[in-house]
Amino acid sequence: MAKKCLPLNIPHVSEPLEGIFINNEWHDSVSGKVFSTYNPATGEKICDVQEADKADVDKAVQAARLAFSLGSVWRKMDASERGRLLFKLANLVERDSAYLATLESLDTGKPFLSSFFVDLQGTIKTFRYFAGWADKIHGSTIPTDGEYFTLTRHEPIGVCGQIVPWNFPLVMTAWKLGPALSCGNTVVLKPAEQTPLTCLYIGALIKEAGFPPGVVNILPGYGPTAGAAIASHMGIDKVAFTGSTEVGKLIQEAAGKSNLKRVTLELGGKNPNIIFADADFELAVEQAHQGVFFNSGQCCTAGSRIFVEEPIYEEFVRRSVERAQRRTVGNPFDPTTEQGPQVSAEQQSRVLELIQSGITEGAKLECGGKAPPSKGFFVEPTVFSDVQDHMRIAKEEIFGPVQQIMKFKTIEEVIERANNTEYGLAAAVFTTDLNKAMNVSAALQAGTVWINCYNALSCQCPFGGFKMSGNGRELGEIGLKEYTEVKTITMKMSGKKS
Amino acid sequence: MLRTVFSRPFPQVFRISACQHSTIPAPNVHPDVHYNKIFINNEWHDAVSKKKFPTINPATGEVICHVAEGDKADVEKAVKAAKDAFKLGSPWRRMDASHRGLLLSRLADCIERDAAYLAELETLDNGKPYAVSYTVDVPMVVKCLRYYAGWADKWEGKTIPIDGDYFCYTRHEPIGVCGQIIPWNFPLLMQAWKLGPVLATGNTVVMKVAEQTPLTALYVASLIKEVGFPAGVVNIVPGMGPTAGAAIASHMDVDKVAFTGSTEVGHLIMKASSTSNLKKVTLELGGKSPNIVLSDANMEEAVEQSHFALFFNQGQCCCAGSRTYVQESIYDEFVERSVERAKKRIVGDPFNFNTEQGPQVDEEQFQKILGYISSGKREGAKLMCGGGPAADRGYFIQPTIFGDVKDDMTIAREEIFGPVMQILKFKSLEEVIERANDSKYGLAAAVFTKNIDKAHYISNGLRAGTVWINCYDVFGVQAPFGGYKASGIGRELGEYGLDNYTEVKTMPSRLS
Repeated sequence: MAKKCLPLNIPHVSEPLEGIFINNEWHDSVSGKVFSTYNPATGEKICDVQEADKADVDKAVQAARLAFSLGSVWRKMDASERGRLLFKLANLVERDSAYLATLESLDTGKPFLSSFFVDLQGTIKTFRYFAGWADKIHGSTIPTDGEYFTLTRHEPIGVCGQIVPWNFPLVMTAWKLGPALSCGNTVVLKPAEQTPLTCLYIGALIKEAGFPPGVVNILPGYGPTAGAAIASHMGIDKVAFTGSTEVGKLIQEAAGKSNLKRVTLELGGKNPNIIFADADFELAVEQAHQGVFFNSGQCCTAGSRIFVEEPIYEEFVRRSVERAQRRTVGNPFDPTTEQGPQVSAEQQSRVLELIQSGITEGAKLECGGKAPPSKGFFVEPTVFSDVQDHMRIAKEEIFGPVQQIMKFKTIEEVIERANNTEYGLAAAVFTTDLNKAMNVSAALQAGTVWINCYNALSCQCPFGGFKMSGNGRELGEIGLKEYTEVKTITMKMSGKKS
Repeated sequence: MLRTVFSRPFPQVFRISACQHSTIPAPNVHPDVHYNKIFINNEWHDAVSKKKFPTINPATGEVICHVAEGDKADVEKAVKAAKDAFKLGSPWRRMDASHRGLLLSRLADCIERDAAYLAELETLDNGKPYAVSYTVDVPMVVKCLRYYAGWADKWEGKTIPIDGDYFCYTRHEPIGVCGQIIPWNFPLLMQAWKLGPVLATGNTVVMKVAEQTPLTALYVASLIKEVGFPAGVVNIVPGMGPTAGAAIASHMDVDKVAFTGSTEVGHLIMKASSTSNLKKVTLELGGKSPNIVLSDANMEEAVEQSHFALFFNQGQCCCAGSRTYVQESIYDEFVERSVERAKKRIVGDPFNFNTEQGPQVDEEQFQKILGYISSGKREGAKLMCGGGPAADRGYFIQPTIFGDVKDDMTIAREEIFGPVMQILKFKSLEEVIERANDSKYGLAAAVFTKNIDKAHYISNGLRAGTVWINCYDVFGVQAPFGGYKASGIGRELGEYGLDNYTEVKTMPSRLS
């Protein structure tokens, strides 16, 4: 059924994509339940997928625990060989990138060219990057006081639960699996119920690459059932979650109530994009546009509060509206499409509701504002000007193609307003003045600050949130810390020598 | 790692016995030579002088082929190409670090693809047993390049909280044009140890390969072009030390030189740097590494490991365990068992899977080693077995053991680089540490004992860059290797290896 809709010649996939992946095998759900996944560009069902619940999570944890036991193939494997397997996985993703990009666009609605050039490349590069780290994770030997020899081992934590979202299914899977496997952990991963298909295909590639059974287990299912089971499982040593701040709180609570498992969270944002009058104007308009509209606005990093310095405000609004009106919305498989649908009916409603609140609370609707008359869960590119900080559209994460433009006068004022949020994921500054750039970026409470660019993300760079945008950092060398348990070993010695 | 490759699939066996033949493909004993010229800017050049030199098959003494002989003029061309490839704005300078890593990875893949051919060529040119070329040298090359491929985009500078209203950070930049002069004992592997870090960090290279063994490195050059390194990034000049090597060491436009070879030549390299442009120098030189066996060691393992430590690669290892110190109470038994083992060592045609030991690399080495054997006899060491040539053709030498060796004998002080084992007796730990350290060298050492305290006590006291405990010649590309004292300057491999190819730029900027 999935294959009929696809425009490309898809290689035959012998393993079912619709199962639960445990111990390198495909299982039905213990309960027998299935759920459906939909094509958001048309609203039609793609296929049914086995629905994992607590009983399946138990099975997966058991498999992951066994794969992690002392003396197992995975525990005895050379670190460089773990890296080799990750590299092979990257090569397999690259081999099947046309197929995966098609499947990703089908399940998420993102434009195919985006899936192919951005999501797939990001996935491949992330796996390769972490493949390289596997045998470079160093402990230390330490000049401790006394007649002792002290060293540290950087060990894997154990069984890691990983819950990934629907906005970048493949990339988010790579961000999770990369460091976890590089450090030698085993994994129980739950993809989002809206977008399970590409993640399940990765399961097939994991097996093909040669990872031992039980090292990676993939359980499609719902948050309140499978996700909650992971967060509160006594046999899981760490949970990593990417998704909404609301659910992030539940994850942390579950961890605290169960076994104090280590928690890392990548949550929402209401990211300020600050445009100074001395900025490169053309660049700022385009970057601000892409910064909020990319992926139909469904980015945790969306630059959804654009602060424009007074002297250029009017012109900036005018040009942004013009740009938004030119944004092509349509079939993700049409190469001229810039914007696909929102991922689900629920998300579409939410975005439309927030747009209404903007109108009601007095922001000026410059363009867009509604769903176009077509199948699927589309929302028109929407621009609001004269937005006040207290409005819902200025405070709440919309996660849709809705741009808020605000005016500011001074640096001190904009820094304060930008920081006045419970979020702190990203920010950007557009200016040609070096001092302004350095001072503002130092003052902003955000995990990533872009200067004269937006969404410039790469796997070598740590990413994560201040405040309620999250806990911990993903990517870069620092990302490895979250998947490492440090053991200090101190041995009595005779005859100390420096 | 050498040890690891043998001991994991083939526990306790250093002989490649008949049962393992199934994993090694039958070699073509007359592999074709495709590349025998100078590699500059991804192209093949004759020498400016049109001169050529022969490279010899040491198993037979016959000429394999002639190779273009690079000299000062060719080095000049190569340095210019490397300099151009390093210019700001060049494809190499503008390349993502991760892409440099990807190219190194692809090079590793190609080498793996052509493993059988490279192993054949290596054995033909160097004389090492084919089974070893195939199962040790080539796989280690592949692992080294893959390891450094991984470092390319992970070699990070820092942001630093200095005093005052300043924002300060460092950049880890490549040095520039790096001269690399490699030896003949592990031609492919030494090339990989050099290329991995120099390319991961973004430098460009002028490499001189040993005149005894130029062939495999030149083939790798063709793979460098195949995988897509921009022209001029890697340039390879076959030639002689006193001409091509010296030209590199004293070139005003070469920013750094890395040399692996004898301590004698290491001195010359350093002098050349000081009289030219003070180019940065790293050296991997000779050794006379002490292998210390305590009375509580596992006798069987110690004998086998000590045998391997000395005789591996025809004794042609910088880190060969060439002073075997055995504690008094087990000395006699150790010598007896070692002699028994050496007598069983199979010397012969390197393409035969049963062969453990091939020929020495050339006539010069052959004569030199025989000379040392004579000195041992003259100076009163006790010849226990071997002591002369092992065949009429080629440069084969019998596995030779001297017992009752004293510290002041020539064979106990100078690097022989051949299959000649020296066994010495000691009483106490303090004594052996002192005697072990009493050498101008300091490359490696080993301790065999079951006692954890003694292991630490001795290993912490030895002035050597690598100290093996209950093993020998264990290498991992992840772990640094290099010498104390006259055994060298700097460390290769591991993260440490990147330092040699990096210039750190500190950039404080004023904030107002």
